[in-house]
Amino acid sequence: MDRTGHTTLAEWTTEDDAAFAAAVREFGEQQELGYIGTVPDGPGRATHVRQLPRDADTVILRRPIAGG
Amino acid sequence: MATSQALPELASVPWRQPTDARWLRRWARIWHAWTLLYTVPFICAGVGMIWLEPLATPVGLAALAHAWIIPELYAFRGASVVRPKQPRASAQAPGAARCAATAFPGEPVAQGLLGDLLGHDERELQRDTGLALERGALGIWLLGEGGALLVSPGGRRVHCFCVRAVDRELPPSDRIAHLLLALRVDEEGFAIVANHAFAGAPWRVARRMPPRMRPALAAARQGAG
Repeated sequence: MDRTGHTTLAEWTTEDDAAFAAAVREFGEQQELGYIGTVPDGPGRATHVRQLPRDADTVILRRPIAGG
Repeated sequence: MATSQALPELASVPWRQPTDARWLRRWARIWHAWTLLYTVPFICAGVGMIWLEPLATPVGLAALAHAWIIPELYAFRGASVVRPKQPRASAQAPGAARCAATAFPGEPVAQGLLGDLLGHDERELQRDTGLALERGALGIWLLGEGGALLVSPGGRRVHCFCVRAVDRELPPSDRIAHLLLALRVDEEGFAIVANHAFAGAPWRVARRMPPRMRPALAAARQGAG
């Protein structure tokens, strides 16, 4: 999620190793920029991920939150 | 796969106490007692002055005004956590969506993503009121662009939290989506990272909320009751 609403950074399938490797690189670069990986797990649940899960349907990168 | 159910942001606030249901109940009682402490003396002084010396009525009325104004200011502070942030706030009435889209070109896209994260009823409520309703173990949350309200089970107390995504240039719906995802990862961690701003009766907060947002608080109270 970014200032454009959201941007698709990478797409992969479980069978496509090259696409997944590219997605992992992109994921790592975004983490270095401060983004946090989050996997929505259905209604009311989400999981923080530090590595890109190959089998996840969607991984959303969000900015950190802080008390205002 | 390395996963975690703890918010990584907790590392930035290691000194904070765990914010669980017990902590929230205690904090609500403290706020209640605090409200009585600064209200009752002013009421007693005001009534006493008028009763003892009618000529002191203006001073007595001033004391009574203090007893009314100070709790109102605290409630205003609480309600302000979910007040839309500028420049969206400048466009409260008709055309608000158009103004938000102008100020934040990514808002329609962000609204779509947020809608995907919410259920049907919550999506409709968010579009009407600007607040996203999320049920949690601590109560029912209402998430705004820069803060959150937590309606405790039973619906008799509202806790107001200041919390936001660190990027201030995000579209309004994206800011809510950030809070929603963080809340879903770790509800208690979310409450620890957020700054507690106020706790009090829902009607006190509702009076100071923008009218458009009040149905969201009513829905949350209904769900928590």
